[in-house]
Amino acid sequence: MSATAAHPPSAPVMAGPRQRGYWGNVAHRLRYDPVSLVFGALLILIVLAVAFAPLLAPFDPYQESIVRRLKPPGYQGRYLLGTDELGRDMLSRLLYGGRVTLLMGMLPVLVATLVGGGLGVLAGFAGGLINTLIMRTMDVFYAFPSVLLAVAISGAMGGGIVNGMIALTLVFVPPLCRIAETATTQVRNLDFVDAARATGAPLRLVLTHHVLGNVLGPILIYASSLVSVGIILASGLSFLGLGVKPPVPDWGLMLNALRQAIYVEPLICALPGIAILLTSMSMNMVSDGLRAAMDVRS
Amino acid sequence: MPPRAIAAAAFRDLALDPAPAALLDRGGPAQPLLTVHGLRKHFPVRGGLFGRTTARVRAVDGVSFAVRKGETLGIVGESGCGKSTVARLMMRLLRPDAGEQIFDGEAVGEAGGIAVDAMRRQVQMVFQDSASSLNPRMPVQNTVAFGPVAFGARRDAALAAARDLLARVGLDPVLFGGRYPHELSGGQKQRVNIARALALRPRMVILDEAVSALDKSVEAQVLNLLQALKRDLGLTYVFISHDLGVVRWISDRVMVMYLGQVVEIGPAEALYAAPKHPYTRALLASRPSLDPDRRREEAPIGGDPPNPIDPPAGCRFHTRCPHAEPVCSARAPAMAGCDGPGEAELLAHRAACHLHDPSSGHSAAVAA
Repeated sequence: MSATAAHPPSAPVMAGPRQRGYWGNVAHRLRYDPVSLVFGALLILIVLAVAFAPLLAPFDPYQESIVRRLKPPGYQGRYLLGTDELGRDMLSRLLYGGRVTLLMGMLPVLVATLVGGGLGVLAGFAGGLINTLIMRTMDVFYAFPSVLLAVAISGAMGGGIVNGMIALTLVFVPPLCRIAETATTQVRNLDFVDAARATGAPLRLVLTHHVLGNVLGPILIYASSLVSVGIILASGLSFLGLGVKPPVPDWGLMLNALRQAIYVEPLICALPGIAILLTSMSMNMVSDGLRAAMDVRS
Repeated sequence: MPPRAIAAAAFRDLALDPAPAALLDRGGPAQPLLTVHGLRKHFPVRGGLFGRTTARVRAVDGVSFAVRKGETLGIVGESGCGKSTVARLMMRLLRPDAGEQIFDGEAVGEAGGIAVDAMRRQVQMVFQDSASSLNPRMPVQNTVAFGPVAFGARRDAALAAARDLLARVGLDPVLFGGRYPHELSGGQKQRVNIARALALRPRMVILDEAVSALDKSVEAQVLNLLQALKRDLGLTYVFISHDLGVVRWISDRVMVMYLGQVVEIGPAEALYAAPKHPYTRALLASRPSLDPDRRREEAPIGGDPPNPIDPPAGCRFHTRCPHAEPVCSARAPAMAGCDGPGEAELLAHRAACHLHDPSSGHSAAVAA
């Protein structure tokens, strides 16, 4: 036991360059990842701008005008992004529209990640009958095209923003559940999970300490890619009169309404699409950077 | 005191010694630490339209043995003979189909016996694949500390104890404690695995091919470390390997397995000096010799082991055995008494072979 004496447990061994901690390491890696930083800043900017839309919007987003319809960006020096087909200020509508769009794009994905991811991890870890019950139920949802399923659920419940979000959540649960189940099944069969079980530790602790950290990566990546799908699906619902109803601004709805003016003022028509693209792209980039930073092997 | 309370008490003062063996020893030194009787595990092979069980792999088929306190029991055999399945069954990482397991006088997982979790705390395991048996996203000192934390030790105390253990297995905790598994070599990772197995102060450690994947020089270091730890902490080892030389060096007794059954068991010296079972003889003869005068020209054993899905009737070795007679395929040779309880029975050198049973009807049978 002489080696024990040489290293008394109270020695300040926590000092040293390696003792940054897990999240410290992640933050350190992110700081040297310019792509993630730029898109992260963009994402924060979009979210903040949308959140403070009442303060930032130069005009009332519902103020129509017959004479200044479909004007180009910079019109009169006051309409920075021009006006839409009813003469409403595009910038104001984009800012206000982002609130509904981001909510409908992100909240269902967040809830579905918790529900679907949780069910998938449970199915993958428990295996056997529980796995069969959960995964076959998911297969039933898989049998329908996602748009059709969203339309059916939202239609049955009577439309509206909240019902639309519930419909989107139900659409996103099965794929997330499948991803989580696959990742968990792979991790579960590795020796370190057996080694953790062999300590006699409760399964709950094995799950939280050894399984979750290793399946979070693929789930997060997939969930972030679903945000853009969510925005598009939400606008699809709005188009069918099941989500947002005009004149409430929503990026998807705006895209759809401006479609008819594409030969008159193409730039204006593209603006809502550009907003969706920037949002979903920065979402993907940030989650990809986060995944790389969370991978201790890199 | 129940084992869990003893464990918590032991973690509070956090010295590596004394091992709780003395605290937990119930039956005295003569009682085997672990007795396994009639252990069986068949894996279903599923196929057909509705995933019906079409066949069964008889991975472990009626294995009985005992491990005495303080000894090292070596288990040898070809790949696929069921060695690792026996280890996983002993840890209850797999559920046995049949058979009973008695840990220091208490039936494991049965009413009135010892709970599986409580048994696992006293029996730990080191796996063959040093890389995949460590969580890639956890610093190794946290991996070592996981067991004690799960059993109620304070986090900082468990980490301090983990760093002590890393030092004990020859890894500088300042240098290595915060590292991730991919930053360590194979030998270093296996040292971490050993430290993890020791973190709960077990009485018994199952080493499942624990040194097989290491370089020869590293293997020797780790074997020496294992011997020192066994001496200092009063451990009992079950050492599973296909390396006959290593098993002979480290084991007090050796058990030979073939196709899911025990064919021979006995003290290491006796078994290596005078193997009784034709399979053991063939296995020992297949070792490469460093002495050119003792070079072997003919193959000691022919063919591959039969498929464990449909093992041969009677003695499972009769398809490859040079002494096979009709009786061998008609009747399975018995081997009784190798799981105790008496000291003489435990130490006896036995083989499951008709050659050693005068009443078997084999023409060459001799008294054992």
